[in-house]
Amino acid sequence: MNLLIDAVYFVTAAIFIIGLKQMSSPVTAHRGIVWAGIAMLVASVATFGAPQITLDIGNINLQLMLVAIIVGSAVAYISAKRVAMTDMPQMIAMYNGMGGGAAAAIAAVELVKLSGGAESHGLTVQVLAVLGAVIGAVSFSGSVIAFAKLQGIMKKTLRLPLHQVINIALFAAVAVFGYLVATGHPVSFDYVIIFFVLAIVLGVMVTLPIGGADMPVVISLFNALTGLAVAFEGFVLNNAAMIIAGTVVGSSGTLLTQLMAKAMNRPISNVLFSSFGSDGGAAAEEDIEGSMKEIQANDAAIMMAYGQKVIIVPGYGMAVAQAQHKLKEMQDLLEARGVDVKYAIHPVAGRMPGHMNVLLAEAGVDYDKILDLDEINPEFPTADVALVIGANDVVNPVARTNPDSPIYGMPILDADHAHNVIVIKRGKGAGFSGIENHLFYADNTQMLYGDGQKAVAELIAGIKAL
Amino acid sequence: MIEGLPALYIFMLSAFTGYEVISRVPVILHTPLMSGSNFVHGIVLVGAMIVMGNAEGALELTIGFIAVAMAAGNAVGGYVATVRMLEMFHTAKPKNEGAQ
Repeated sequence: MNLLIDAVYFVTAAIFIIGLKQMSSPVTAHRGIVWAGIAMLVASVATFGAPQITLDIGNINLQLMLVAIIVGSAVAYISAKRVAMTDMPQMIAMYNGMGGGAAAAIAAVELVKLSGGAESHGLTVQVLAVLGAVIGAVSFSGSVIAFAKLQGIMKKTLRLPLHQVINIALFAAVAVFGYLVATGHPVSFDYVIIFFVLAIVLGVMVTLPIGGADMPVVISLFNALTGLAVAFEGFVLNNAAMIIAGTVVGSSGTLLTQLMAKAMNRPISNVLFSSFGSDGGAAAEEDIEGSMKEIQANDAAIMMAYGQKVIIVPGYGMAVAQAQHKLKEMQDLLEARGVDVKYAIHPVAGRMPGHMNVLLAEAGVDYDKILDLDEINPEFPTADVALVIGANDVVNPVARTNPDSPIYGMPILDADHAHNVIVIKRGKGAGFSGIENHLFYADNTQMLYGDGQKAVAELIAGIKAL
Repeated sequence: MIEGLPALYIFMLSAFTGYEVISRVPVILHTPLMSGSNFVHGIVLVGAMIVMGNAEGALELTIGFIAVAMAAGNAVGGYVATVRMLEMFHTAKPKNEGAQ
């Protein structure tokens, strides 16, 4: 029986790797996740045959286990089915936090057993359990904070005086108690409790000062960390599937995090250790030339309908307003009049790389109309209109011009190079990062205030009326 | 216990595998892939189940219960979220081919 279970785990790990590979191509991606899903299901069912589990329905462990599986699955299933596509990033953070929490809880049970006088499996095992516990706990509490921020439950980026010093002190304290727990013979129960409380607080404190604009990178980082925590607990439990799957996620997640951080031109250390927009915002406000000019929807519609080329720059505001379907409708109308319409997607537009692509694909926009930064930037000077909808920092020219700006050096979409720029924006406030956008004050920019979906509907009405 | 050097070998090879597997991913798939790898570490469920099966006493049972519930949430939520995202590409594709 044991051999059979090990064989199942082996095949599961292999299918996970193949599944991830398939998920990196649009054609095979769907097949990849379905295969991985089947493998996970089989592995879970096979685990009921493990020697540690008493397969007797009168057994309290089994009863509670089944209840836990049903409750956890049901809550996750319903929430994942119901959540709007726009809120997906924070749900990923949430499910990731659950995984980290589970890894930490596994370590907790093992350490509590050791504190109760159970026989130790050696120093290496204890050290790995503690490492997985720290990483899992930080990933858990950090993901919860990330969720709260993206969901809007927690609006402000909190930054205590001497925040970095406190974090370093916390980290040192976690390290000390982690060492005491890992080397304890027997392990002190009090130390285990203090250790976990400190690790959870550390996750909260690390995530609190990070602004929403950096959240995609942070969620990706926590995803990689959870993978590592799972791998470490896999060593503790002597479970090959957990070791391999966890490590693969750990390394691929790290690579993904690097790709994202690179796209934002912000080293990961900056993301973690400096607050975005909290001090740079004030400095950037000083010398803005010009003023914001308002435009009516009808005038904007005429400008686009009689142009040759329109480039649409969507951002998170489009996602919030669910304006992608209206945009597609407007695109069809404009194309019927012979206007060339394209979409320009910044690598970090929205809350995650690819977020905009997903939403536009949902609305039925063709792939070849959606271009990324390098492809579209040379086209802006030939565009009659750049329509910026709900995007802000990714079109802010200070990233090119002002070395003092926190976003200086970040590659941006050169929307300001278009003949005319129309910005659809809900209000006059600064962007998510709190940095003033000089594009809004430029001579060739005009503002169309209003909710994204309504504004595009007005544009559609305007084009139809011509 | 897989110990010593063999454990390190597994760790190293898995790490390189993860790196290789996603080294050429189009930006368009970054979010679904992150969600997909989020699902894959839901395998922590089998570990949580084993620990739960071994748990003794109220405290261990409680922590075990939390572990299993959260792990199941990770696996199921990660799967549903990924499939929902990828389905959008699925429905968009035939349209795209028709247009060409």
